[in-house]
Amino acid sequence: MTRLAPLAVLAGLGLLPLALGTNPYLLNAMITTGILIIAAMSLNLLLGFTGQLSLGHIAFFGIGAYVSALTSLGFDVDLGFGLRVVHAPWPAAIGFPLAILAAGACGWLVGRLSFRVRGAYFVIVTISFAEVVRLVALNWVELTQGPLALTGIPAFTLGLPGLGTWTLKTKLQNYYLVLSVGTLCYLIVARLVGSRFGRAMRGLKENESLALSVGIDATRTLTIAAVISAGMAGAAGSLYAHYLRIIDPDVFQFSTTVTMVIMVVGGGKGTLLGPIIGGVIFGMLPVALRPVMAPEAQWMVYGLVLIAILFVVPKGIVPGLAGLVRRRAGPAPAPLAAEVHP
Amino acid sequence: MAEFYQHLLNTLVLGGTYALLGIGLTLIFGIMNVVNFTHGALYTVGAYLTYLAVAALGLNFFLALPAAILGGLVLGAAIELVLLRPLRGSDIDTTMLVMIGAGIVLQSGTLWLFGGVAKAIPTPFPEAPLQIGPVSVSWLRLFVLGAALTLIVLTYVLINRTRLGLAMRAAFQDHDTAALMGVNVRLIYTATFAIGSSLAAAAGALLGPVYVVFPQMGGMAELKAFAIVILGGLGNITGAAIGGFILALAEELGAGYISSGYRDAMGFLIIIAVLVFKPTGLFAKAERIG
Repeated sequence: MTRLAPLAVLAGLGLLPLALGTNPYLLNAMITTGILIIAAMSLNLLLGFTGQLSLGHIAFFGIGAYVSALTSLGFDVDLGFGLRVVHAPWPAAIGFPLAILAAGACGWLVGRLSFRVRGAYFVIVTISFAEVVRLVALNWVELTQGPLALTGIPAFTLGLPGLGTWTLKTKLQNYYLVLSVGTLCYLIVARLVGSRFGRAMRGLKENESLALSVGIDATRTLTIAAVISAGMAGAAGSLYAHYLRIIDPDVFQFSTTVTMVIMVVGGGKGTLLGPIIGGVIFGMLPVALRPVMAPEAQWMVYGLVLIAILFVVPKGIVPGLAGLVRRRAGPAPAPLAAEVHP
Repeated sequence: MAEFYQHLLNTLVLGGTYALLGIGLTLIFGIMNVVNFTHGALYTVGAYLTYLAVAALGLNFFLALPAAILGGLVLGAAIELVLLRPLRGSDIDTTMLVMIGAGIVLQSGTLWLFGGVAKAIPTPFPEAPLQIGPVSVSWLRLFVLGAALTLIVLTYVLINRTRLGLAMRAAFQDHDTAALMGVNVRLIYTATFAIGSSLAAAAGALLGPVYVVFPQMGGMAELKAFAIVILGGLGNITGAAIGGFILALAEELGAGYISSGYRDAMGFLIIIAVLVFKPTGLFAKAERIG
């Protein structure tokens, strides 16, 4: 039963475009939601499993987007001191791993800095980091075009030897690309959380002194988690750049981080399915609210919903439902949440 | 050299309001262990209350500042009573997330009510700046500096010379013992959050007329307040006051001599420097216990 739930979700998401038809507006919302869910899964790795809240997660996402876009567009930058860097355009598929590497490196930097101290520091460092990255994207016009945006970013081209190449131009193709990457990320997170490293992460979250006493290197564990999480967010950013094919400094908006946080907290932090269920609900909520409300009123609703969730189902929707099912079924097999969060 | 003196003068004006922001945030963190993500929104609210009072209601400019402070006080008390009091005892992450939610509601509420167009607050001060030797300063900025310094001194007196302040300091050191000694800790929490919020609103009310007022102005102010608080040491009030002036100096010099586009990045550089060289902040005494 519990083993089947993720497969059922995957099958449901895979068949969704068939059920809903190919309404471009809806499909677009589903793709951006899917990309945000990948970012939310990466955020969950930190927030849910190590208990560290990254409020600058959009920075890693945006860095991934910019690195991937610049790799495929090429650039010509004068660094001063007679240093000039010229980069000829590379295929978009190379930008994807580079985005992961660059974002992961930034995650390492932020982690190394802020995990020297516990408490609110990581939150504050990540949120400020995101703001600085936004300022760089806005002001380093030579590289990023500043507010004029990077345009004409090529779509992904997939090539299989002997089978030719596909350029993923249609929305449907992009939807399945996002779904595939998302599935991969889910498997990575699931594998990681179940491993020895995952137990170290959760040990640190539950009781740091105890974890330290059994020989877990706290700073190292947290930093590695931050690197993986940031890299995954960078992958989501790369998908975003090559799907939208235009990127401007507005990708670094704080509100996107908040959306990810709501997805994770609403769905259930520290559960594998939480960010996906929460992501589908809160990613598609604007679609439902759009006909009835102005955007700023929608944001008020988002804020109120976040508060309401924390007051009513502080553990999130997935653990809440799992608890409900367990009570119905009596002493049934272990619920979803218990798999990773005993 | 005249340019340098001008930067120093600007630092004083800016630093005063930054200090107010930082003191409010560090007070709330130190006593309540709450990372207040409504701080920026309350700064915005303070600015809009001033705008409302002066431009819409035609109130005297000098009455607008107390009105904004009062508004911050009431709103802060309401947030504490409705959102934080029921969550007392839950972990710091939960309160942080609830505060983020409340901050979003306040900010998007401001956007909804007033629209996204920036507004200017008219002031009764003469346009011509005051010339002091090689430097010049507008009368409005001088008033902002004076008001900020007055408020800093008032806060200092409140915390160090009054019974309420004594109770706040007792709750800061150890809230259980304070409760045993007959301190109404619940009331102290409400008072602390209200006072911290009113300081944010005051900073907004003071800087609002200097620049322009817009719904997103609080986001950057909040980040700066975080930088100031980390610089001064979390929960350290004197540290926050000095930190405010240090950040203002870094911004003024950074904008003046490096690049004005990166003025707002100085706070982050300060955070990094503090974390690398002195993670407990410049003015840390002992770590908070409990």
